Amino acid sequence: MSATTFAGSAQFAAASVLGAGGGVAAAAASASMLNARYAPIGVSVAPVIRGGALRRLVESQLIVDESWALSRRPDGTYDRYVLIGGGLTLYVGWVGGTAAGAFAGDALGDPERYGLDAAFPALFLALLVPQVRSRRALAAALAGGAIALVLLPFVPAGIPIIAASAACLLGLRGE
Amino acid sequence: MTAVWVVVVVVGLATMALKAVGPLVLGGRELPARFTGVIALLAPALLAALVVTQTLGTGDGVVVDERVAGVAAGAGALALRAPLLAVVVVAAAVTAGARALTG
Repeated sequence: MSATTFAGSAQFAAASVLGAGGGVAAAAASASMLNARYAPIGVSVAPVIRGGALRRLVESQLIVDESWALSRRPDGTYDRYVLIGGGLTLYVGWVGGTAAGAFAGDALGDPERYGLDAAFPALFLALLVPQVRSRRALAAALAGGAIALVLLPFVPAGIPIIAASAACLLGLRGE
Repeated sequence: MTAVWVVVVVVGLATMALKAVGPLVLGGRELPARFTGVIALLAPALLAALVVTQTLGTGDGVVVDERVAGVAAGAGALALRAPLLAVVVVAAAVTAGARALTG
């Protein structure tokens, strides 16, 4: 699964829905909703993904939250080499780590024992802080976080995140 | 094919399509200036939402558990200008420690 769906949170979502006895359609729908954020993310990096259609198709698959956040320059554009190189590095680590986990996972036991479920929000927080350099970025982060928090108890996983992306519409207002 | 593999294939294809649509339609072109202002705010908005959902979400609801302590400790490490890897390790370690104490 790591090889075909390079996006961790969607894998966890699909696994948890199936694990809780949910249907195939529910698992696929919730995981796909979680990844709906890649549509606007893809648009944001479109200017730096060049070349023929096939090349753009392949390179676009290496987009992942972490490389996307790291490749963002202060002026709001994206660094192509960090995006693609970081994505490739993460892909190898992700698939390799998944394979290692599949073989050795039983020996380690429950990953929550090691607090690994808190590692992801901490990582996203560490990626968020350097992004918040202007008042507008701070406003967008607060609005995005608030939207997600309000929706979280009421809607299926993934929808709070995609709804939070609406906070970027603050950018339509002038400075 | 088992249910798990059906989900793997469907989600894989959906994710590939979602990732590809922007670069395929707009690839290599500069975005209009007005649009760039919006896109610049996408990263902070989405990352903040990911922090919230992954700290408090359970897949179908909200729970305040040991993750909150871990992420708060990670935030403290960030405030002390700790490197990224240290922030992640501190968050995981504090969460694991809190679980060991409470569980």
